[in-house]
Amino acid sequence: MAVITYREALNQALHEEMARDPDVFLMGEEVAQYDGAYKVSKGLLAEYGDMRVVDSPISELGFTGLCVGASMAGLRPVVEFMTFNFAFLAIDQVINSAAKMYYMSEGQFPMPIVFRGPTGGALQLSAQHSQACETYYSHAPGCKVVTPATPADAKGLLKASIRDNDPVAFMEGELLYNLKGEVPEDDDYVIPLGVADLKNEGGDVSIVTHGKMVHVALQAASKLEKDGIYADVLDLRTIRPLDMDAILTTVRKTNRVVYLEEGWPYAGTGAQIVSMIQEEAFDDLDAPILRVTQADVPMPYAKNLELLAKPSAERVIEACKKVLYR
Amino acid sequence: MADATTKKKGAKTDVLKQYGVSPELALDMMRDMLLYRRFEEKAEEGYAIGKIGGFCHLHIGQEGACVGSIKPLRPDDYVMSAYREHTQAIAKGVTPNAVMAELYGKADGASGGKGGSMHIFDAEVRFMGGHGIVGGQVPLATGIAWKIKYRKEDSVVIVYMGDAAVNQGGFHEALNMAAIWDLPAIYVVENNEYGMGTAFSRVSKTDMTTKALPYGIPCSTVDGQDVLATYAHFRGLAEEVRGGGGPRFVNLQTYRFRGHSMSDPVSGTYRPTKEVEQKKAEHDPIVTLREQLFAAGHLDQDGLEVMDQEARKIAQDAADFAENSPPPDASQLYAHVWAEINANGRLFFDGRGEH
Repeated sequence: MAVITYREALNQALHEEMARDPDVFLMGEEVAQYDGAYKVSKGLLAEYGDMRVVDSPISELGFTGLCVGASMAGLRPVVEFMTFNFAFLAIDQVINSAAKMYYMSEGQFPMPIVFRGPTGGALQLSAQHSQACETYYSHAPGCKVVTPATPADAKGLLKASIRDNDPVAFMEGELLYNLKGEVPEDDDYVIPLGVADLKNEGGDVSIVTHGKMVHVALQAASKLEKDGIYADVLDLRTIRPLDMDAILTTVRKTNRVVYLEEGWPYAGTGAQIVSMIQEEAFDDLDAPILRVTQADVPMPYAKNLELLAKPSAERVIEACKKVLYR
Repeated sequence: MADATTKKKGAKTDVLKQYGVSPELALDMMRDMLLYRRFEEKAEEGYAIGKIGGFCHLHIGQEGACVGSIKPLRPDDYVMSAYREHTQAIAKGVTPNAVMAELYGKADGASGGKGGSMHIFDAEVRFMGGHGIVGGQVPLATGIAWKIKYRKEDSVVIVYMGDAAVNQGGFHEALNMAAIWDLPAIYVVENNEYGMGTAFSRVSKTDMTTKALPYGIPCSTVDGQDVLATYAHFRGLAEEVRGGGGPRFVNLQTYRFRGHSMSDPVSGTYRPTKEVEQKKAEHDPIVTLREQLFAAGHLDQDGLEVMDQEARKIAQDAADFAENSPPPDASQLYAHVWAEINANGRLFFDGRGEH
C-alpha cells in the first residue's frame, strides 16, 4: 500500500470517480487553474477539461444553488467550499433545496451531490475561519454528514459519498491535508457510509469522536496508557448515517464514555449521542457521560487563548479520569 | 368550438397575423386561460371551505403571462417557478387533477401530498417545482441550464420569479454565472408590481429592465396581459436561446387580481381598490384575447360560452378528483427522505423512523 497524504487521497478519489462516471464534475472557487486553494484538485483540469473542473465566481449561494439544480437535473456535482466557513452563505440551498427536494417531490428528484471542503479550526485564523460546522448539516433530515480523519478514510469515504444518491456534506480537516498514511490504490476502495471504526482498542473507557479530533483522542489514549488506563477510541467517520451499534458495543464494553468534538457544546453532535446512549444503554453506564468540546466562545486569535479554546488531549485525559473516578 | 372558428370572416382586424399565430392556436390559448382562471377560482373556493390549507397563492390575472410564455416551449424544455405556480404546472403538462389533489394534500397529488401549493413537481413533463424561498429557484434553474450545456442538449429552461426576487443575492449570482458560461436559460420576472405588499418602486431605485444589464444579459419587456404578444415574444426568445444565444432576461409585465395569498384581501392596504378595478377592467388577458378573437371573427359569444363551460367542468372535475383521492398513507411520512438507505448506520433519530 502506498503512503500518501490526506490531500493526495482526496485527489485520488476525485480522479477515480470522475474517470468512472462522466456525470461527476467539480465546481468551486480556485478549483481549476489554481489547482484548489488546498491543492486537492491538482491536475484535474488538465485531465477533465473546464466543463468538469470549473472555477466559479466567489458566489457561494449561487454556485451551490447551480450545482443543486444540476443534481436535480441528473448530474452528480461535487461542490468545493474553500472552507465550510464560507458555506454559511449557501446553506439555504443545501438545506432548503438539496436536503428537501427528494421529499417535497415525493421521490421524483434524487439529489446526488457532495459538498466538500475543510471545516474546524486551524492555526490562528480566528473567529470567522475557525469553526466546526457539522451539526448545522446533520441537523437536517435529507443530508448525510461525513468526517474522515485519516488518508485512507478520506479516499474511501469520498468515493462512497460521490456514489451515494443523497446530498452529503463531506467535511475535511484543514490541518489534516498533510497527514500521511497508507491508502489502498484500488479503484474500488469504497468505505460504506455509516460504519464507525475503532481506531484504538482499550477496555477501561470509551472516547467517542469524529473528524480531526480522532487524533486528539489517540494522543490522549496513548498518554493514558502510561497511567495504566486503556481507552477505546471510536471514530464515527460519518455522523449521519450514525453507527449506533458500534457506539453501543463500546459503551457495553467499558461502561464509561467521553464524547470529544471540535465544535461547540450546545446541541452538538455529542449532545445527540449522549441522549441516545442514556436512552438505549442506561443500565450499562457506570458514570455520567462527559463531553469535551471547544470552549463555548467564538475562536479567539491570540495563540494562548486559541489553545485554551480548543479541545486538547489534556482535557480528554481529565474527562476520562473523571468518568473512571480516578 | 370549431363552429366558432369557421364563422364570419369579413374585413376585420386580424392581430393574429401580426404575431404569426394561427386561429387554432389562439383559440387554444383562450381555452388554457379560461381553464387557469376557473381552476384558480376553484382553488379559492377549496381554500374558503377548508379543503386547502397552508399558503395558497393564486395566479388570477396573470394567465396571459403564463400561457404566452410556456406555450412556445417543447416537451423537453424545462420550467421552474416560485410558489405562484399552479397554472404554470398545468401549462407544462401536469394534469389539473394532480395539481388540485396536491393542493388538497392528497395521495394522487403531483407530489403525493407532501409538497402542497408551493411545491408542485413533475419530473416526467419537466416541471421542476414549485419553490418557496424567494429567488431560491433562480440558481437552481441555472443548474438545469448547466446540465443542458454539459450534456450538449438543445433544450432550454424558463425560470419564473416575482419582481421582489431581483433584490435577492442569489438572483445576481446566478445571472452572472449564466452569462459567463452562456447557459440556455430564460429568466422571467412576472412583474405584477408588488412583492407581497411592497410596491417595486419602494424597494428598487432602478427600473426592472436594468437588472440583468450588469451581467451583459439582453433584457426585453413584454405585456403579459396580451397573450399573443407574449407568445410571439417567447417563441422568438426560445429560438435564440436554443440556438446558443446565451441567457435572456424578460420583464413580463402583469398584474394579480387577487391578494398576495389567501390571507390578503384583494386590494389590501398597499394598493388602491381603484387601481385593481382599473386593471381588471382594462388589462384582463382573457378579455383582451376575447376582443382580438371577436374582432377577427375567429370566435363569438356562443363559442366563448362553450369554452368557458368546458373550463369550469375541468376545474370542477379536478376538485372532485381531489376530494375523492385518499390522503397519503401514514407510511408515507418516512418515505422519500433518503434516496439511498445505507446498509449500516441510523438515518432517522426520532426513534420511530427506522424500517
